[in-house]
Amino acid sequence: MLDFIFSHYNYAVVIVLMMTGLYIVFATQNLIKKLVGLSIFQTSVFLLYITIGKVKGGQPPIIVDSHGSDHAALQAAEPVLVASAAPVATHDASHAAEVLYSNPLPHVLILTAIVVGVATLAIGLALIVRIREVYATIEKDEIDAIDYEFNLEGTQG
Amino acid sequence: MVWLSYFPEWILTHGAALLVVVPLLIGAILAIVPSERLSWVLAMVVALLCSVCAFGLMLQVIGGETITYAMGGWDPPHGISYVVDGLSGPVLLLISLMAVLCLFYAWPSIKAEVEPKKRAAFYGAFLICLAGLLGMVVTGDAFNVFVFLEVSSISTYVLVAMGASRDRRALAASFNYLILGSIGATFFVIGLGFLYMETGTLNMADMARILTDLDGGSRVAQIAFAFIIIGLGLKLAMFPLHIWLPGAYAHSPSFVTAFLASTATKAALYLLLRFTFTVFDVSFDYVGQAVVILLVGFGVSGMVFASLQAIFQTDARRTLAYSSVAQVGYMLLGIGLGTAAGAAAGYLHLLNHAVIKGGLFICLGAVWYRFGITRISDFRGLSKTMPWTMGAFMISGLSLIGVPFTAGFVSKYNLATAAADKGWWWAVGVIVLTSILAVIYMGRMLKQVYFEQPPVIGSEVAARNEAPLIMLLPMWILALLSIIIGINADILLDAANGAARVLLPVLAGGGA
Repeated sequence: MLDFIFSHYNYAVVIVLMMTGLYIVFATQNLIKKLVGLSIFQTSVFLLYITIGKVKGGQPPIIVDSHGSDHAALQAAEPVLVASAAPVATHDASHAAEVLYSNPLPHVLILTAIVVGVATLAIGLALIVRIREVYATIEKDEIDAIDYEFNLEGTQG
Repeated sequence: MVWLSYFPEWILTHGAALLVVVPLLIGAILAIVPSERLSWVLAMVVALLCSVCAFGLMLQVIGGETITYAMGGWDPPHGISYVVDGLSGPVLLLISLMAVLCLFYAWPSIKAEVEPKKRAAFYGAFLICLAGLLGMVVTGDAFNVFVFLEVSSISTYVLVAMGASRDRRALAASFNYLILGSIGATFFVIGLGFLYMETGTLNMADMARILTDLDGGSRVAQIAFAFIIIGLGLKLAMFPLHIWLPGAYAHSPSFVTAFLASTATKAALYLLLRFTFTVFDVSFDYVGQAVVILLVGFGVSGMVFASLQAIFQTDARRTLAYSSVAQVGYMLLGIGLGTAAGAAAGYLHLLNHAVIKGGLFICLGAVWYRFGITRISDFRGLSKTMPWTMGAFMISGLSLIGVPFTAGFVSKYNLATAAADKGWWWAVGVIVLTSILAVIYMGRMLKQVYFEQPPVIGSEVAARNEAPLIMLLPMWILALLSIIIGINADILLDAANGAARVLLPVLAGGGA
């Protein structure tokens, strides 16, 4: 069991971060801390994607010059996949040697996801600034209490 | 087809890309345009262009064809492809037409509800939201879906927060929506990650092919499905995940509510259909079970509980917001039947409900515009002060209940027949029960409107104060559309059956 966890430690890290983030979002009343939790939650997903892009023994995904130096080393690399994501294999025209690359696609995807995360964070913080101006607090329970009283006043008036 | 010859060539060939690119670009430009009038005109032009594109695409796919547009000339599965077929075509047309109708209404409404210096940028945010919604429907690439989902969501948070100048609770509601919406999108992207692990591709058609070859795939694919369902469930306000919706609908500017209620949850629901039926397949064990237990279970409990919650609201917009959650339940029930007729009925209700709810929220916005009221108890005698608005409100309201000769009746009738065909008589019972609950919550409003006297302010009875023509126009178009669909729903039924053929090619082949 312990072996299993240690050999998949990258997934363990992802799960711990994911749950920590989600817990913070729901457990705290402070709006800023909620955003912190949300960011941790999103970061765990970035890690998950990066993790599946790694191919064991894979080279950085840069097309190697056909007369490059260390073909032997590349071929010796054991082609075992961490995940089932397909390795990008290119055929060298002159030597027909297979070069094993790590999968670059998840990194590209995650760049997009990071941008989305930053945008969400920015909007969230901007909203908190406005909420503090209007409600003079950033605690969710206090905001709810203020709104509740406001609603009650309305029904009597 | 004769109609097609009226469209210029470039719209027919590049329509799928234009739908997304034009609003996105113009939206970014509007963010720095200083003039409110100019930005409204530009937004209107873009929305009209999108409608024309969507209509042209729709005409091409109505016979059951599929258009695949390779973005940037990169062929799928490696490039991003845009796919228009019988399932996405009608939703594209719906979203762009609703954008046009809502924009008419936006002109006076935004003047009343948003601060002057923010108005030009407001239309920019609206166009980006439109681009996101159209994008998530038209794209055939799973990760692209996530990007557009977030493009539309992030601009929606902004639009909702714009309600702060008339109601400060919009800020808290927007923040709440932001937290839950981001969690939903993140769940969705986790699911996509697992799906990518399983299949090694991001193209939806390719994923579907590989998953079928693998006969549903391993546990990784099952987990992917679970995450995707929950993520989309948050976005489309599936019953226990709906808590962001009433706040966001009740406090945002009324234009935003009308647009969101008729498009945003519909686009998410489209994605749910797309992933459950075409990427995955109901013939996989785990999908079949999840559909019956989760979608039907949550759908039916949503129909009952959200309708009950709607009855006890004091605020008219909140009542309709809860009613929206209940109506999503109908659509989920239709999908969960797992038959071609059920899917067609759910899809039909999706289109009809957009027309109905759009109309109702526009009416409520007009009431706020004239009298500044949203509380049901303040609606006394509105039939005398705003007869035309309330006429449209009543027609759409009756349609929501499902009175014969209205759109609501057609889809509820189809849904009930589909359930009965499957032998689910209890589901027919639930549909009737929730329709009665709808009579109660709509009846509470209509009673105030039609059977009470207008309030006396000071010594005078409130005078007649009809909404401006530009507001009456969209609400009456939608109300009349409700009736037309109710009398002759052939075109919509064709569209729904076409969608069902995409969803369940084997089942619908004989039946439809």
